[in-house]
Amino acid sequence: MIEIKGITKYFGKNPVVEDVTVTIQPKMITSFIGPNGAGKSTLLSMVSRLLDSDTGEVLLDKGNVKKMKSDAFAKRVAILRQSNHLNVRLTVRELVSFGRYPYSKGRLNSEDEKFVDQALEYMNLTDIQDKYLDELSGGQKQRAFISMVIAQDTEYILLDEPLNNLDMKHSVQIMKILRKLVDELGKTVVIVLHDINFASVYSDRIVALKDGRVVKDGLTNEIINTDALREIYDMDIPVQEQDGCRICVFFNSHS
Amino acid sequence: MIAAIILSCISLFVGAIDIKPSDLLDWDSDKTQIFLISRVPRLMAIILAGAGMSIAGLIMQSVSRNKFVSPTTAGTLDAAKLGIIISMLFFTNVTYFQQIIFSFAFALVGTLIFMQLLDRIKFKDVIFVPLIGIMYGNILSAISTFLGYEAEILQNVQAFFMGSFTLIVSGRYELLYVAVPAIILAYIYANKFTVAGMGEDFAKNLGLSYKMVLNLGLVLVAIISTTVVLTVGIIPFLGLIVPNIVSLYMGDNLRKTIPHTIMLGMVFLLACDILSRLVVYPYEIPVNLTVAVFGSAIFLVMLFRGKAYAKK
Repeated sequence: MIEIKGITKYFGKNPVVEDVTVTIQPKMITSFIGPNGAGKSTLLSMVSRLLDSDTGEVLLDKGNVKKMKSDAFAKRVAILRQSNHLNVRLTVRELVSFGRYPYSKGRLNSEDEKFVDQALEYMNLTDIQDKYLDELSGGQKQRAFISMVIAQDTEYILLDEPLNNLDMKHSVQIMKILRKLVDELGKTVVIVLHDINFASVYSDRIVALKDGRVVKDGLTNEIINTDALREIYDMDIPVQEQDGCRICVFFNSHS
Repeated sequence: MIAAIILSCISLFVGAIDIKPSDLLDWDSDKTQIFLISRVPRLMAIILAGAGMSIAGLIMQSVSRNKFVSPTTAGTLDAAKLGIIISMLFFTNVTYFQQIIFSFAFALVGTLIFMQLLDRIKFKDVIFVPLIGIMYGNILSAISTFLGYEAEILQNVQAFFMGSFTLIVSGRYELLYVAVPAIILAYIYANKFTVAGMGEDFAKNLGLSYKMVLNLGLVLVAIISTTVVLTVGIIPFLGLIVPNIVSLYMGDNLRKTIPHTIMLGMVFLLACDILSRLVVYPYEIPVNLTVAVFGSAIFLVMLFRGKAYAKK
């Protein structure tokens, strides 16, 4: 379980994240949603130690993450940021193999190779494993990065807008894989999402942020309704039910 | 590999004095002496300098995440040179050892300053970054020239840094062997450099202490650059083009590419050196001239063809 306790981050004099307290429940998909500049990515960066918080603390199973050793932490929590401009020429397999770095420091044993094979298969990359990353399409590249994070075999997987720049087909594909990771492998996934309908259909819990503060935190059904959404987005959004999924029809909403 | 061996043999038997392999059978002859005092050290110096500069370039490109950064385009060589000049000027009885320390310290600090600059600039275009590096190097070089001019040692200085293997005889190149452990260390830490090359966020995610690897890389680069500058002089472009050529056909997984980079660096420098010795035979032109001619041509091709490649 990850507990975020009273965390605050200033960029200059402005607080981007202010006194946020959230608990990430294990074996669930938790989505961070909210308008632009709400502090979602910053919050995720602090949970994954990429950024230091100014006040407050993040606890991983009651232990402060700042006090953990970096390779021990890398075996438990993996993060993928949204902009992954790699100007390194690696093949897909090489990239995914580096997901095993926290365990093997680059010298892979047979067990590591097994994890790499599985991760490639999970993301349907086995056929293109020897291609260089710069020969891939955006969707394939994103799948390769996620595959690396899977090979890292952590309990917690944090993804910052993994659907960025992906078309509908690939977005659905990736969300389904994340669902499988939680349901079949018992992982805990935290994602920053812009599309509330993806959040609605695929997540178990939703944390809504606005101006650096948590405005809503609860089960998906408690958040995806017109009243709660108005508080988050300042828009009147009708919610319709379709095959058991709640869909927000926000395209012609009044604000 | 085979090319390296063939070129090494040619290199041993090319020179103003004609030496045939058969001459070596007579152990006490003058020719054997020349062979041992001049030719063999020269070959070793070329091999070490070629491998060293290429690896230094590879490390810099990896940790700076820019394909066009190298000891030549980041001010490292100019900083090492400035260090040597300052040590010559301010300590009248400067020992060789002091020169080494000064040069090393300057190369390290000079490169660190460039990396800090790189951190601060927002506009990280692949071409823009090395341009800044070259300007920065020229500023350092201008300081060196000014100091040299003031002290009236300008000609000495210019001759000293002219990259050339002409003056390499036994007793004058052994410092280069310091580059060997540096290269071995680079190979041992190859995976760390590759991970660091993926960027700070990736490195942190994989539990790698990014700053430590960055600093280690810069120390290795400074060691290699210093030893080469002090013994051979400034050889431009080598650290820039060799790693890039290898990257084109092998990618950037350093554990895989380091052996190839070493080989190609040796072969390239050997070929250039042999050519320098043959063009105006029995005289020779400085090897840095030959390297610069071929290097800049390859560099231009890389620029035109490779802007897309380097960006990715």
